[in-house]
Amino acid sequence: MSPLSCYLLVAALLFAVGLAGALTRRNAILVLIGIELMLNAANLNLIAFWRYGPHPEALTGLMFAVFSIAVAAAEAAVGLGLVISIYRHLRTVDLDEISRMKG
Amino acid sequence: MNTDLLRILPETILVVAGILVMLIDASLPPRAQRRGLIWVAAPGTMLALWASLIQLRLDPGTAFFGAVETSPFTIFFHVLICGIVLVALLLAYDTLPRDSHHQGEFYALVLFGASGMCLLTGAVELLVVFIALEISSISTYILAGYRKHTGKGPEAAIKYFLLGSFATGFLLYGIALIFGATGSTQIYEVAHKAASAQNHTFIVLALMLMLVGILFKVSAAPFHVWTPDVYEGAPSPVVALLSTAPKAAAFALLLRVLYQMLPDLRSLWMPLLWVIAAASMTIGNLAALRQQNVKRMLAYSSIAHAGYLLAAFAGLADKGIAAAAFYIAAYAAMNVGIFAVVTLISGYDEHLPLVADFRGVLYRSPLLGSLLIFFLISLIGIPFTGGFFGKFYSFSAAVGGGAVVLAIIGLLNSGVAAAYYVRLAVTVAQKPENGMSQAALPVPQIGVAVGAALLFTVGATLWLGIAPEPILRAAENAAHALQ
Amino acid sequence: MHLILFIVFAGLCLAGALNLLLQKHPINSALSLVVVMTSLAVLYLLLGAEFLAAAQIIVYAGAIMVLFTFVIMLLNAGREERTLGSKAAVALGFPAVAAILAVIATVILKAQDLGSVSLSDGITSTEELSRVLFHELLLPFEVTSVLILIAILGAVSLARKGHGDQEAGK
Repeated sequence: MSPLSCYLLVAALLFAVGLAGALTRRNAILVLIGIELMLNAANLNLIAFWRYGPHPEALTGLMFAVFSIAVAAAEAAVGLGLVISIYRHLRTVDLDEISRMKG
Repeated sequence: MNTDLLRILPETILVVAGILVMLIDASLPPRAQRRGLIWVAAPGTMLALWASLIQLRLDPGTAFFGAVETSPFTIFFHVLICGIVLVALLLAYDTLPRDSHHQGEFYALVLFGASGMCLLTGAVELLVVFIALEISSISTYILAGYRKHTGKGPEAAIKYFLLGSFATGFLLYGIALIFGATGSTQIYEVAHKAASAQNHTFIVLALMLMLVGILFKVSAAPFHVWTPDVYEGAPSPVVALLSTAPKAAAFALLLRVLYQMLPDLRSLWMPLLWVIAAASMTIGNLAALRQQNVKRMLAYSSIAHAGYLLAAFAGLADKGIAAAAFYIAAYAAMNVGIFAVVTLISGYDEHLPLVADFRGVLYRSPLLGSLLIFFLISLIGIPFTGGFFGKFYSFSAAVGGGAVVLAIIGLLNSGVAAAYYVRLAVTVAQKPENGMSQAALPVPQIGVAVGAALLFTVGATLWLGIAPEPILRAAENAAHALQ
Repeated sequence: MHLILFIVFAGLCLAGALNLLLQKHPINSALSLVVVMTSLAVLYLLLGAEFLAAAQIIVYAGAIMVLFTFVIMLLNAGREERTLGSKAAVALGFPAVAAILAVIATVILKAQDLGSVSLSDGITSTEELSRVLFHELLLPFEVTSVLILIAILGAVSLARKGHGDQEAGK
C-alpha cells in the first residue's frame, strides 16, 4: 500500500465516522460536530493529494484546505448561532423534539 | 477599467450595496423604521442587472487566473438571479412587518446571498464554486429563520442548515477527490485531464459525491426531505426567493459540472439523472396530493418541477442545456409569482395557511384570486404560459436524447400534478361559506411595490408562454457557451 | 520515523473520532474533537504543510472548539438519555455509512497508480504560500471575506432576540 493510500484511508474512515455522527445523533451540536469531522476528512484528502500529487509546487490542494478551514469556521459560527436561537424558543437542542412540522 | 474587474462587476455591485445597507442600518436610530433601505437594495440589484447586460459587450473569457468567466451562459443566469432578487425585495418591502427593526439584516443578507449566487454561475474554479455556494447557502439558512417568534422559523433554519452543511461535506469530499484524480481544481483543466484519463473510477466516485451536494441544493429526490419543512417555516417572501434563485444557481453549477467538466462521462451520469428526475417528479407529485397546507403543497410541487427540469439533462448537450436554462427561467417567473400571491392571501404571519382557508378568495379579492389561478395554470403547464413551453422544451430535449420513457413519465406526472393544482384553483373559485367568518376577513392590500412585483412575474410568465423565442435564443446561446 | 509518527497520530485521530461518536455527554464529544483536530495537525505537518498545521491548531482547536464548548456549557446540555436518534435513523444510518465507506475504500485500494511519487523533503515556505494567496487566489480570498461578513451578520442577528420576543415575554 502506498503512503498516499494510507492517508486516504484514514480520511475515508474519518469521513465515515463523521457521517455516522451526523446521521444518527439527536443533539444538534453533535450533528454539527459530525459535519465538522466530514469537512476535516476532506481537508486531509486535499493535503495528501497535494503532497503526493504531480505538482506540489502549485499549492492548489494546500490553499484549498486553507480556504475550507475558513469556510468551516464561518459555518460553525452560524450553526451555533442557530442552535442558541432555537434553544431560546424550545429549551432543547434535541432534533427529535425540535421537529414539529410533519407531512 | 480593468476587464478583470468588469467580469465580476455584478457581484461587486451587489456586495457594495449590501455593505451600504449594513452601514446605513447601523447609523439609523434604533427605533427608526428600516423599510427605506429598499431604496439602496432595489437600485443596487437593478444596477447589478444592468452590469450583467453590459457584460454582453465583453468577449467571453476568464478573469482572475481562470477563477471566473463571463459568457452568455453566466449572463443568462446573472440576469435571471438579479430579476428574482429584485422581485423578492419588492415583495418583502410590502409584506414584512413594518415595525421590524431587523429589515436591515434582511436586505443585506439577500444582497450578499445574491452576489454568491451570481458568482456561483460564473465560477470556473472549484474553490470559488465552493465558497460561492457557501455564501449563497449560509445567507439563505439565516433568511429561512427570519420569522423568529413562531418557533417554526428557527426549526426550519436549523433543519436547512444541518442538512445543507451535510451536503456541503459531500461536495467538499467530492472536490478533493476530483483534485486527486486530475491534479487541478480549475474546471477547464479538470475537463482536459478527465478526457485523457485512463482510469475513471476515482472521477466517477468524486462525481457521485459532488452530485449529492448539488442535488441537495436543487431539492431533487432523494435529497428533498428538507424542502417542505423549510418552505413551511420560512416567511413566504423568503420562500419566493429561496425556492428559485439559489436553485437557479445550483442548476447552473450542475450544468457546468456535467456538461462542461465531465461531458465524457455522459453515458454514466445520464442514467443516474434519469432515475433522479423520474423519482423527483413522482415523489413530489404524490406527496403534494396529500398536503393540506398550501406552502407544503407548493414545496412538493417544486420538487416535482426540479424533476421536470432534470429531464432536460437526458437531452444532448445543446438542446438539453438550453431546455434546462429555459425551464429555470419559466419556473422562477411562475414560482416567485405564486409565492407573492400566497404571501398576500395568507399574510406574513400565515393566519390562513390551509387549502381550505383559500376558499372564496376569488370573491374576496378578484385580482388576487385570478392571479393565483393564472399561476396555477402555468404550473400545470397549459399553453400560453411559461410553464407550458418549459415542459415542452424539457421533454422534447429528453426525447431527443433518447429518453422517451422519461418524457412519458413526465407527462403522466403532469396529469397527476394537475389534480392538486386544480383542487386549489377550484377552492379559490368556490363561493364563500354562508358564515360571516370568511366575508369578515380583510381584503389583502396590494401596495405599489408588491403590485410591481406581481406585474413583473405575470408579465414574465405570459411573455415566456406567448413569445418564448428571445429567451429561448438566449438559452441556446448560453448552451453554446458552455460547450 | 515518518511511518511511526503516522501510525501513532492516525490511530489517535481515529480513536478520538470513534470516542466522539460513542460518548454520551456532548462535552466529552467536543473534547474528543480537539484530539482529532490536534492529531490531524500533526498529520498535516508530516505532509509538509506547516502553515496549515498551525492554522488547524489555531482556528479549529482554538477558535471553533472554544465556541463549541462555550455553547455546550451555555446551554447546559446534559447527558443524553438516548444518544442515538430514532430507530429508523440508526437502522438506515449505519448500513448507509458502511456502504459509503466500503465504496470509497475499494476505490482507494484499487487505484494502483496513486502515490507513486515519493515524499520530497521540501517544506513549503510561507512566503511562497502568501504569494499564491494574494496573487493567483486573490478573488477567492476577497470572496471569503464576504462569506465571513455574512457569518458575522448571521450570528449577530440569530443570537439577538427576535422581533416579537419581547411581546411573548421571553
